Amino acid sequence: MTDKFKSVPIKSSEITPYSQYISRRDFLKAAGIVTGSALLAACAPQATGTAVPEGEAPVVPSGSYTDELGDPANSFKDITNYNNYYEFTTDKEGVAPLSKDFNSKPWTVEVYGMVNNPKTYGIEDLLSRFTQEERIYRLRCVEAWSMVIPWTGFTLASLLKEVEPTSDAKYVRFEAVYRPEEMPGQKSPFYPWPYQEGLRIDEAMNDLAILATGLYGQPMPNPNGAPIRLVVPWKYGFKSIKAITKIELTDKQPETLWSSVSPNEYGFYSNVNPDRPHPRWSQATERRVGELGRRPTLMFNGYAEQVADLYAGMDLSVYY
Amino acid sequence: MKTIFKRYTPLQIAMHVYAWSVLVILIFQYFTGDLTADPVQYLERRTGHHAVALLILSLACTPLNTLFKWSELLKRRRALGLYAFMYATIHVLIYLHLDFGLAWSFILQNFTQDPRLIVGLIAFLLLIPLAWTSFDIWKKRLGKNWKRLHKAVYLIVPLVVLHFAWNKKGNIFTAQGDIAQPLIYGLIVIIFLVMRIPQVRRGIVSVRDRIRGQYRKQRAVHQVSS
Repeated sequence: MTDKFKSVPIKSSEITPYSQYISRRDFLKAAGIVTGSALLAACAPQATGTAVPEGEAPVVPSGSYTDELGDPANSFKDITNYNNYYEFTTDKEGVAPLSKDFNSKPWTVEVYGMVNNPKTYGIEDLLSRFTQEERIYRLRCVEAWSMVIPWTGFTLASLLKEVEPTSDAKYVRFEAVYRPEEMPGQKSPFYPWPYQEGLRIDEAMNDLAILATGLYGQPMPNPNGAPIRLVVPWKYGFKSIKAITKIELTDKQPETLWSSVSPNEYGFYSNVNPDRPHPRWSQATERRVGELGRRPTLMFNGYAEQVADLYAGMDLSVYY
Repeated sequence: MKTIFKRYTPLQIAMHVYAWSVLVILIFQYFTGDLTADPVQYLERRTGHHAVALLILSLACTPLNTLFKWSELLKRRRALGLYAFMYATIHVLIYLHLDFGLAWSFILQNFTQDPRLIVGLIAFLLLIPLAWTSFDIWKKRLGKNWKRLHKAVYLIVPLVVLHFAWNKKGNIFTAQGDIAQPLIYGLIVIIFLVMRIPQVRRGIVSVRDRIRGQYRKQRAVHQVSS
């Protein structure tokens, strides 16, 4: 099953409609966003789709990565320069510069609570102990934009199996790093830091749920949650907690940061659901970053086949 | 250079430069490829935010004149309001065309599920007659009603601030989330509106004149003694 989410050696330009493949710069030009720009555009510097943060070189051009629906991955530059990471700032373009000096080494992840083998892993242990594989997933932000991202990482299930949750364990609670001196956004009194998230244990054991340690074959960039983060692609992006330091197995449904900020807007489950609008905006459509116009949002972000069973018999308008 | 300053006051120049700045920056960023990874959302936010700022500034002129007796401000209200309308129009066109590609079924569905859009739309529709009648000929033609009509801005600005605030992830009631900026805007607007209440305005004017009188007296005494 996982093969479906691995990269395939076909150039996306061969299978993706040209309109979705051309750069967003050309798109804007095509849409005539600036009147009379055609003449001037000829003298303007060409946009570089592959530019990356200093010191990092893209190994593979984004064109050779597509998700299982045939859509191309977003560029390394877009993925690492447009981030919701409120520990640094609420400004999506501000995260990359502010997180430049974040120190993700050394790093440990403590796994504890209702488990037979509690253990504190160093990041190197996690990288060597568990098979790292590539998963090309869609990421759907609750703000109604989306990207396709080629993650590397390992299944959360493989980690949980090693620590052996007891039969009382019903939920997994994740906690992110708390370092206000390195993360200026954590000085804001308006959020209950540190960031917390949670999954039901059967959600956590689903094969789609991974702990990601990199993207585009590179170690996880700081703006994306270095050195290790959760990725649960059928839920809104904020469920995929970044820079994890603690994983606790518990019998109580964990508090999550966004549901404590605004419980009627951000529920515990937060599955991608086009039929349940956010109280202040519609979730029926989304904009794929780099495209103009809208795509219809897919139930469970297009992963219904893999995850719909988890919610059989649940009223998703109540358990949002 | 000299002639520019002869024809235009510093305030006038500052206002026009500030008003055009965002459009110039956005066009510049378009050519340098700096409209972020999500240019549509970026353009929507920048143009919307600037429209809000210009509208609040147009609302600020009258109370600031009350405070500082700087009557030139009153002459700038019209241009600020028209600039705000220009950015609001660009903002709406970006939403309809670049964001939704004129897909009306998506747009209509979005309106049924998004209170932000309803509030924004009402504010925009109310701005249209104000912009339309902002010229002297309409001022003459409408007489007393012109002033009445343009008082609609007291409703428009709070709607626009609400439209802006609702875009943020936060909760005013629990004082959590991204609420600082909308809260500040809201407070400023409330202050500017309260300062228009006749009794409040008269109070401010009498305090202002007393302070000015004392200052003048002090200066006179100072001049005599030296």
